[in-house]
Amino acid sequence: MSTPLSRIGSIEHAGYGASARRRWQRAAEAVITVALRGCAFLAVAGLLLIVVFVFKEALPILTSAETQKEASLAGFAATPLWQPVGDVPKYGMLPLFVGTLKVVLVAMLFAVPFAVLAAVFASEFAPARVREALKPAIEILAGIPSVVLGFFALMVMASWLQAVTGSVVRLNALNAGIALGLGVIPTVFTVCEDALRAVPKSFREASLALGATPWQTAWHVTLPAAGAGVSAGILLGLARAVGETMIVLMASGNAAIVSGSVFDSVRTMSASIAAELAEVVFGSPHYSTLFFLGAILFAITFVINVLAGLFVERLRQRLAGA
Amino acid sequence: MSTALSAPRLAPLPKARAGDGSGFALTGLTGFAALLIVLMVAVIMGNIAWFGWRSVTWEFLAATPKEGMTAGGIFPAIFGTVALVVLMVVALVPFGVGAAIYLHEYAPPQSWFTRAVRFSVNNLAGVPSIVFGLFGLGFFIMFVGRGLDRVTGADMLWGQPSLLWAALTLALLNLPTVIVTAEEALRTVPREMREASMALGATKWQTIWHVLLPQAMPGILTGAILSVSRGAGEVAPIMFTGAAYFLPYLPSSPFDQFMELGYHIFVLSTQSPNVDQTKPILYGTVLVLLLLTFLLNLTAILLRARMRAKLAGRD
Repeated sequence: MSTPLSRIGSIEHAGYGASARRRWQRAAEAVITVALRGCAFLAVAGLLLIVVFVFKEALPILTSAETQKEASLAGFAATPLWQPVGDVPKYGMLPLFVGTLKVVLVAMLFAVPFAVLAAVFASEFAPARVREALKPAIEILAGIPSVVLGFFALMVMASWLQAVTGSVVRLNALNAGIALGLGVIPTVFTVCEDALRAVPKSFREASLALGATPWQTAWHVTLPAAGAGVSAGILLGLARAVGETMIVLMASGNAAIVSGSVFDSVRTMSASIAAELAEVVFGSPHYSTLFFLGAILFAITFVINVLAGLFVERLRQRLAGA
Repeated sequence: MSTALSAPRLAPLPKARAGDGSGFALTGLTGFAALLIVLMVAVIMGNIAWFGWRSVTWEFLAATPKEGMTAGGIFPAIFGTVALVVLMVVALVPFGVGAAIYLHEYAPPQSWFTRAVRFSVNNLAGVPSIVFGLFGLGFFIMFVGRGLDRVTGADMLWGQPSLLWAALTLALLNLPTVIVTAEEALRTVPREMREASMALGATKWQTIWHVLLPQAMPGILTGAILSVSRGAGEVAPIMFTGAAYFLPYLPSSPFDQFMELGYHIFVLSTQSPNVDQTKPILYGTVLVLLLLTFLLNLTAILLRARMRAKLAGRD
């Protein structure tokens, strides 16, 4: 579309014989195009460099005999103890996996119902004025830095929860999970609401015209039509929950315990990295192990995000076909 | 596709008569969920404002921490945060906007390069912030920094945590935000403007520089402000790349370490020897950080609303 237009411009200019200037201009345009392409490439380079450098620092776990004496894949699985500091360091990752799973599960069980129901409310039922009040509240929640949510969970919410549940340990998986859930709600809400609003009006009108109630329309027509987008929202929330660091670091108590109870203190993968990396010796087995944890975190969130992207694409195609 | 989508969903309609009452209750449930979210936000904000506002005085903002951070103010943390985000924006916005211009004005939509860029932008946005911290340490400090030290013969000038590396780590973290918002902004510029400019004989770049960018400026600013707001609150990426627990002096160059509001909150609430004594300072710091990010977000939201209104008016 732009090419023929620029050609029209060039014919006009040719009459004035300013060919040297035009040659210079064309060269400048070419340089600029390459520079802009370079800017775009930065995003690709950034992602590639993250992969290369996080995995590179974790590599001694797999390749270096020296490192493997202390930290190896077999060692990660052999013991249920995470005791990286001590005479005989133990890097059993089971407690970290269990801890992450517990906190993430609590967070998702807390956040998803709230976020999805509120998104249905905002897109299907809420009067315009109520919606205009709800959205800033969500945006405020999204704007609260995770360190502030962590602070709130640590200083305030933990005491309230302990008073309600009577748990022995003040900082536990429940406390961290709920705080993490608060951090996840805006992600899930925003993506779900966008998906619901993308459903064409004609779907709803057809359903209502057939005699369905507004709730039936929302539940049986709009939600299924936006299903892929809702799934994407939940997945993006899940990825955020798995990788989130400051909230769990501050609110979970950070004890590496294998247990099924949400009232026990937990240590997650992300919190281990944050808590321990500052004190490790560069290149030591512990250092490599923490980067290995980072590589696992990256891999998990990457897969979830790619999956979410596929769902978004599916929603687009579905609604485009409609 | 559309018939396959809607036809089976309408099957359970016979329930319509019986379902009226429960439908009303369920509708109410969605509203209740929304209300509870608003309430939770109000409780958090209220709690912090209530316990924090008394601490935030001019002296608190202008003084340095005293007596093992149990007294005094937070000026070094404010200074460090501002220095950090300024450096970040300077490093980030030109490249982010450049990438957005490429994606929207130049890129052939189906080429493998364009798809690789879009894929990277989407997935970069989902990388956990702690992984950015690891990356900053492994790449910027250990690889680039130590490498530069070796090449230049400098003694640990580049190869250690500093304002520079923390800002670059945050810049990469916020790259997707800036690209996505800048591209959205470019989309709001009517095609007629491009055509008019080119019909007058302007080159593509002249059109972009003199017509598109001024038009897209509010959107570009929105992205920059959002990235600043997010950058000011992120702690995990800067923990190992430059933020310091406590410093008796302000950073005087990009090679110095720095104090930062978010990290200060983390330090005060987890490593304080006397939590009760530190509490007013802690709450004050949280309130200052919240107000800072809140004001930035508000500006971004207003700018974006104006931009979207413009876009809607065009359709």
